[in-house]
Amino acid sequence: MKPFRSLSEQGNFFSDPGISIMPSGLIFDVKKYAINDGPGIRLTVFFKGCPLCCAWCHNPESISSRIQKMYNGDRCIGCMACIEACPESGCRLTPTGIITDPRRCTCCGTCADVCPTRASEMSGRIATVADLVAIAEKERVFFEQSGGGVTISGGEPLLQPDFLVSLLGELGLRSIHRTVDTTGFARSELLLKVAQRTELFLYDLKMMDSRRHKQWTGVDNGRILENLRLLASTGACINIRMPLIKGVNDDELNIEQTASFVASLPGAKKKVNILPYHNIAQGKYLRLGEKHDSSAMAEPSVEALTDAVAVFAAFGLEAIVGG
Amino acid sequence: MFEQVKTIHKRPQRSAAEEGNFYMPRENPIGPGMNPRIQRLRKLSVETDPTISIERALHETAFYRENYGKYSIPVLRAMTFLDHCQKKTLYLGADELIVGERGPKPKAIPTFPELTCHSVEDFHVLNTRDMQRYLTAQEDIETYAREVIPYWQGRTQRERIFSHVPETWKAAYEAGLFTEFMEQRAPGHTALDSKIYRQGILEFKRQIEENIGALDYRNDPEATDKAEQWKAMSISCDAVILFAQRHADLAEGMAKTEPDPGRAQELRQIAAVCRRVPAHRPETFREAIQMYWFVHLGTITELNGWDAMNPGHFDQHLTPFYEKELAAGTLTRDEAKELLCCFWIKVNNHPAPPKVGVTARESGTYNDFTNINIGGVKGDGSDGTSEVSYLMLDVIEELHILQPGSSVHISTKTPDSFLHAAARVIRQGHGYPSIFNPDIYIREMVRQGKSLADAREGGCSGCIEVGAFGKEAYLLTGYLNVPKILEVTLNSGIDPLTGRKVGLETGNPRDFRTFDELYGAFVEQLHFVVDQKIRVSNYIDRMFAKYAPAPFLSVVIDDCIGRGRDYYDGGPRYNTSYIQCCGLGTVTDSLAAIKKHVLEEGRYTMAALLDAVARNFDGEEIMRQTIMNRTPFFGNDDDFADEIGVRVYDDLVAAIDGNPNIKEGGRYHLNMLSTTCHVYFGKVLGATPNGRLAGKAISDGTSPSHGADVNGPSAVVKSLSKLDQVKSGGTLLNQRFLPSLLKRDEDIRKLGHLVRSYFTLGGHHIQFNIVDNATLLAAQQCPDDYRDLLVRMAGYSDYFNDMNRDLQQEIIERTENEAF
Repeated sequence: MKPFRSLSEQGNFFSDPGISIMPSGLIFDVKKYAINDGPGIRLTVFFKGCPLCCAWCHNPESISSRIQKMYNGDRCIGCMACIEACPESGCRLTPTGIITDPRRCTCCGTCADVCPTRASEMSGRIATVADLVAIAEKERVFFEQSGGGVTISGGEPLLQPDFLVSLLGELGLRSIHRTVDTTGFARSELLLKVAQRTELFLYDLKMMDSRRHKQWTGVDNGRILENLRLLASTGACINIRMPLIKGVNDDELNIEQTASFVASLPGAKKKVNILPYHNIAQGKYLRLGEKHDSSAMAEPSVEALTDAVAVFAAFGLEAIVGG
Repeated sequence: MFEQVKTIHKRPQRSAAEEGNFYMPRENPIGPGMNPRIQRLRKLSVETDPTISIERALHETAFYRENYGKYSIPVLRAMTFLDHCQKKTLYLGADELIVGERGPKPKAIPTFPELTCHSVEDFHVLNTRDMQRYLTAQEDIETYAREVIPYWQGRTQRERIFSHVPETWKAAYEAGLFTEFMEQRAPGHTALDSKIYRQGILEFKRQIEENIGALDYRNDPEATDKAEQWKAMSISCDAVILFAQRHADLAEGMAKTEPDPGRAQELRQIAAVCRRVPAHRPETFREAIQMYWFVHLGTITELNGWDAMNPGHFDQHLTPFYEKELAAGTLTRDEAKELLCCFWIKVNNHPAPPKVGVTARESGTYNDFTNINIGGVKGDGSDGTSEVSYLMLDVIEELHILQPGSSVHISTKTPDSFLHAAARVIRQGHGYPSIFNPDIYIREMVRQGKSLADAREGGCSGCIEVGAFGKEAYLLTGYLNVPKILEVTLNSGIDPLTGRKVGLETGNPRDFRTFDELYGAFVEQLHFVVDQKIRVSNYIDRMFAKYAPAPFLSVVIDDCIGRGRDYYDGGPRYNTSYIQCCGLGTVTDSLAAIKKHVLEEGRYTMAALLDAVARNFDGEEIMRQTIMNRTPFFGNDDDFADEIGVRVYDDLVAAIDGNPNIKEGGRYHLNMLSTTCHVYFGKVLGATPNGRLAGKAISDGTSPSHGADVNGPSAVVKSLSKLDQVKSGGTLLNQRFLPSLLKRDEDIRKLGHLVRSYFTLGGHHIQFNIVDNATLLAAQQCPDDYRDLLVRMAGYSDYFNDMNRDLQQEIIERTENEAF
């Protein structure tokens, strides 16, 4: 069978780098009609690669800065096209579906190209600023009618600084509203540079105890908190996002400390979005071939969410459940 | 005389949900409603089984036996109507404030043997089929077989039509290339403007009498025909007034024996209202509703026109009465709402007349498509929303009933608050109201030749089709199975399902080298089929003008009185025939698949693809999956497919639009409606090159093929907006939404923004179906058809199909809990 030029046909993301002088970067998804990522109807671009490794991450493919193979066994019809096509002979058929040998796989994407059902797909593709701006322009009418725009999420957008700054600049020239969803784990100068090109930050706060933060996310939260205070001092518009995970960060002390910290930030009062944990991303871990132990984490109860909202309210902060 | 049926005490045989009414027993035992009266009326309406009443057929048959040949046809029709209005069993139920039923009790549907005569077998099928049953007592079937069927043998409109149609038409019709509306019911699609709120039926009668007096028998060759027409109209006015007077008599009689003084007072009020309307123009809010209801009943008793009857911009018509009475203190908001509820339930009491013949076996719908237009613009172009518009939204939200359908009309002048209120009702998941764009449909009508003022008073009736309310006969003539035309093209004129020749020999497709060659053959075939269709539709049209005129309907549609011509005979100011094109998504995707995989990339030969299609992709699952997953399909804002979609749409317009319909300068136009016909068309269609398997439904309206749109609703809207919708008489876009996309108030606002965006881009209509668990379970069974189902949870987004079973199960449980 003739192979596909899959990356280009997925929506012209892969333009000839020789033609474009604009920077390019690695993204893993572009979502239209995004309604939980900032004001109005938005286009959300997911940058690939994250310095954190949160145990509850619901986009596990966002963590690695490399292209990864994802395999969805439910879609596989066992046609063996990938087995025949793999230049490294790295795929084999088992009773439970195709297994890819990680030692052989170079993530070249040949298997995904030939897969008729998209059971095998590559997560991660190179996109240029021009590509993304073209997609954003297609959504302009929705931005204009709803007061929406583009949200850059991830992963951690600030992990690809040139790409990010260039994309934000280009969107700004076109008067498209820009939102950046960040962990805050980045160099302060870079964050400030981005702030000059961003209308709204969605800033994630996981937990206040630095030891536990490191335990659950892999990094210390010192820089994150410092950066948030710094960013707030510039007058940047910031919404705080707090994932709430039962058994991880739902204790009263943590919520109180978080609320207290947010309330102490300079500038306008910050809005807080509490994002209840759900283990719905299990399937994505499976597709990545990664093990995911979620036994220590659980969905917060409705009461816990109401209580958390009340704690923020006690500090004079408006918190809502959901994006 | 006739026994008066007062109330019905009957336990429901089956849950009302089965018949398409939205009834949630968990809410409370009696069901929703603003007060006990409305709860009881609603419960009775929802739980009563549809039945067939043979009374009208008996009256009509006896009258025809006695009088056929004594009068001109129009006068015979009017006198038959008058005779029935004189004799018909009346119904005045407990609790009712708005009165009148077409049958002897709620949900009792008469038959119309002069058009199509049900056989004994038809009745048995209707009695026993799984869905949408209509019950007929055995005794009535026997009476029908004895009294009605023998007389109409060979005399029905349907037999007249089928005895004259050419063989080529029959072949195409039987292959399912198109349907013919007028073989089952009278041509319909009628909506009213505001004139019946300004003048009573006596005033119409006076105009008619004046015209008769002014007839010029010396010079006008049509004088005799006009005289007969006007006489018929005048008699039909008497019939409707008499019908109302009989209700007044009945109410007065009941008041005398009513033990409850409160109800006795209500009955006396009913009598007073029925003495006034429809003879005179209404003075109060209540009289205005009752006025419309008598006119509605008159038109649907006289004949069984498609899509019943429609009050048009009902909120705008009622607003002056509402405001006047509210200011005078003679009406409260709650009283107005109660009357609206009574009206809504009345409409629900009138399921569509059941069909005859093969179609009786197929489950259809009880919906008779009365579609209340809410909001929109006024005749002067200003915003038409009022407090009554919001009241109507409340009624829709509270009552949860199948009929009437409702639509909100959102122009640039409509306030966001109204759109928002409507979106909140949509979120309830009843499938309505649907949303229309007056700024576009007014342009559609002006393009068709209507004056701006008439276009602004127009709107949408039935499903999505536009018309100048009160001034136009816009008849739907039938659906066109566009993917079937492609199938016939790919078999050079042969229907592969039967081997019969049904089209032109347009060349062996296996020899086609270029897309234009293939496409040219398709267009040639399209013109041939449309030509067949139009010839016979015109013929049938004349049969109705001659044998089944509608004198009462002609009274209320301008300019039938002025012209002295019937509604079916070019009497209306505008005369439009529509052909409804189905399956744009399926045909576009099929052409896109051939273009990409065969003609451009050479992945398969034409022979290999056509052989696979002929075998229903048996043994070719890899090819089928490749096509479905690797072809740009319509609905993704991808120009490769969308350009083909636009081209097909433009050629449909070119083939249909502007053909004369031989009525006073009337023309054919197209609209892109499918109702439930895409299911039937799918059944008579083999596999298609887009990977769709044989027998599965084709795409509906202008919506993308099921599951083909995988880039979210904004991309769908962008694709649809590439069609120049002004050239249609209506397009249709169904969008499926999971409740999780409409959870918060903010989400509902964003839905409103999506609508505004589509309308800014020139969209005609959009409708949101909020997905329930049944749909999610179906999606697990047939994932191909549901690839568009987006799951959104805080910060997480995925397609339902991409989730594994356990997580799908979790979503199903969540959806259950998220019901609003």
